[in-house]
Amino acid sequence: MAINWFKYSAPTNFYGLAGKLIPFFAWPAAVLFVIGLYIGFFVAPTDAVQSEAYRIIFLHVPTSILSMFIYLIMAGYAALGLIFNTRLSSMMAQALAPTGALFAFISLWTGALWGKPMWGAWWVWDARLTSELILLFLYLGFIALQASIEDPRRADRASALLAIVGSVNVPIIYFSVKWWNTLHQGSTIKFTGTSMHIAMQEAMFAMLVACWLYSIAVSLARVRSIILERERNTQWVNELKEVRS
Amino acid sequence: MLEVGNLACSRGDHRLFSGLCFTLQPGQIMQVQGANGSGKTSLLRTLCGFLQPDEGEILWRGKLVGDLGEDYYAELLYLGHLNAIKDELNALENLQMSAGLAGYTVTEKQAVAALRRMGLQRREHLPVKVLSQGQRRRVALARLLTSDAHLWILDEPLTALDVGAVGLMQELIGEHLSKGGMAIFTTHQPLQVAGVETRQLSLS
Amino acid sequence: MKKLSLLGLLGLVLRRDLLLAMRRRADVLTTLIFFVMVVSLFPLGVGPEIDMLRKMASGVVWVAALLASMLSLPRMFSADYADGTLEQMMLAPQSLSVLVLGKIAAHWMLSGLPLALIAPVLGLQFDMSVPALWILVIALLLGTPVLSMIGAVGAALTLGLRGGGVLVSLLVLPLCIPVLIFGAGAVEAVNSGMSVVSNLSFLGAFMLFALVFTPFVAAQALRISME
Repeated sequence: MAINWFKYSAPTNFYGLAGKLIPFFAWPAAVLFVIGLYIGFFVAPTDAVQSEAYRIIFLHVPTSILSMFIYLIMAGYAALGLIFNTRLSSMMAQALAPTGALFAFISLWTGALWGKPMWGAWWVWDARLTSELILLFLYLGFIALQASIEDPRRADRASALLAIVGSVNVPIIYFSVKWWNTLHQGSTIKFTGTSMHIAMQEAMFAMLVACWLYSIAVSLARVRSIILERERNTQWVNELKEVRS
Repeated sequence: MLEVGNLACSRGDHRLFSGLCFTLQPGQIMQVQGANGSGKTSLLRTLCGFLQPDEGEILWRGKLVGDLGEDYYAELLYLGHLNAIKDELNALENLQMSAGLAGYTVTEKQAVAALRRMGLQRREHLPVKVLSQGQRRRVALARLLTSDAHLWILDEPLTALDVGAVGLMQELIGEHLSKGGMAIFTTHQPLQVAGVETRQLSLS
Repeated sequence: MKKLSLLGLLGLVLRRDLLLAMRRRADVLTTLIFFVMVVSLFPLGVGPEIDMLRKMASGVVWVAALLASMLSLPRMFSADYADGTLEQMMLAPQSLSVLVLGKIAAHWMLSGLPLALIAPVLGLQFDMSVPALWILVIALLLGTPVLSMIGAVGAALTLGLRGGGVLVSLLVLPLCIPVLIFGAGAVEAVNSGMSVVSNLSFLGAFMLFALVFTPFVAAQALRISME
């Protein structure tokens, strides 16, 4: 079946489509969360070195990966919006930012919780944690810029430019922080990696997919409200069932 | 020749105008009319390329201005609500700087002559901040004398000017048109160029 | 009428901004005084043990330089925006990027360069060795232009916004972290007897990279902000 993509690039049509799609992402996300957490906390064996404390990686690692991944996706959408002037792409970028920031924050939080039993300190200036912190700053900058410009068109375009500059900078920042870290010989969080038990891998994978599906579901829901907010003066919004009632 | 076809423009959610069409030939002058908030300034800013129109096209000598870019700007002179002059500089420096930003140099002699014609003799070396509103506007208008742009876009050029300066402006625009130039302007004061019919464009 | 070349335009903008700054010197001095003050506050905060101060000197000077250059960023385009000159700049028949580059160069000469020149005096407060002082100045000379260039993008994006001053720091500071790391790292390398070449090369590479892209990006940002 051929899908007419352009039909859905108009916010009017996408609003309905997104509404229909959300359950298809939200439910599997919920199921996978339960499965992943169950395997992670009850099936996976206790680690020889880190004992029970290591189990936080089932939250820490997926959220770290997704926080970086979402930044790139967000910058990609923002760039599409800037170059092709498609409003929906800019709205998607705006909708993704809070989820990315949330994941970056959870990743920092869980990293701190992990650090306490491992090194006896809530915060260590580890290369990965430091990069994650800077990533959170970049998200906050994007959100702050978007929020402080009233004209939505200017807000979209300005924050798109910032996201592009940011994504060019992310590898440079990551590399600099790594360099800085090796220079100061700080401690680095290491996974037991090679000898990872099969159940650990399953739990990690389930959690990663769950987080991914969750971020799609939640950004679709968010983009729906952004569409409503921006198109509040149009006829089709005023004719919607949920708006009229 | 400037051609505008089916132009539509909006600010925020508010549609200012749509389906706007007109053509301006060399030697013609056009006044944009309309109440406050009808989009006169937005139209002029769209013609300058500051604002992107929602729909429609703007052609200069048969080519889209978006494609011409800097070649179009070389033939354009825009005078907005703001004078674009620096308080800290004197009239002469201001004129030379704005000429420089517009891509050409004027000698001190040319600049002094332009300022004299604008009625600013013996004010050339005073910092602009000690001048009156009308005199500042004259400093800004002196750019019209040093530029060889074909298209003048003037947003309320007569603000703060006295009767003598208004007469001078009419004279300047007349000279510009007789050399084959074009002008688009907005004003709330009467502005008549002798021997040329002013076309009217109403926004409502 | 003589046409102006690109280089001529660059020179004109530079001359103009420097002339304007000369006629309101207070702006330049405030940035410099802020820098001196922030650096001098650190010993008061952490205590006067000379060994510790020597160790943290380069970091303190760099962070203070970063903050001081943020302080002057909002002014980069705002005056031209307020009096309409920026509109005329966008209509310049030459490249807007060159114009922006001129403004960046002027900003650096008025904020980055004075900081780099006064830094050795502040380094003495922290008992830095002479070789370390030299490297500090060189690193600042290489690094502060990058701060001005990245800052120009931030300043252009936040043009005319409420609270633009704080916002621009929020946007620009994370992007400046690599400069901070390699700038402060260069001085530390001297102190620990290692080669400073790699640190300084990275700073130089950042400068060239930024020089190629940021004037264009800042020009685009200005066009977005002027709509």
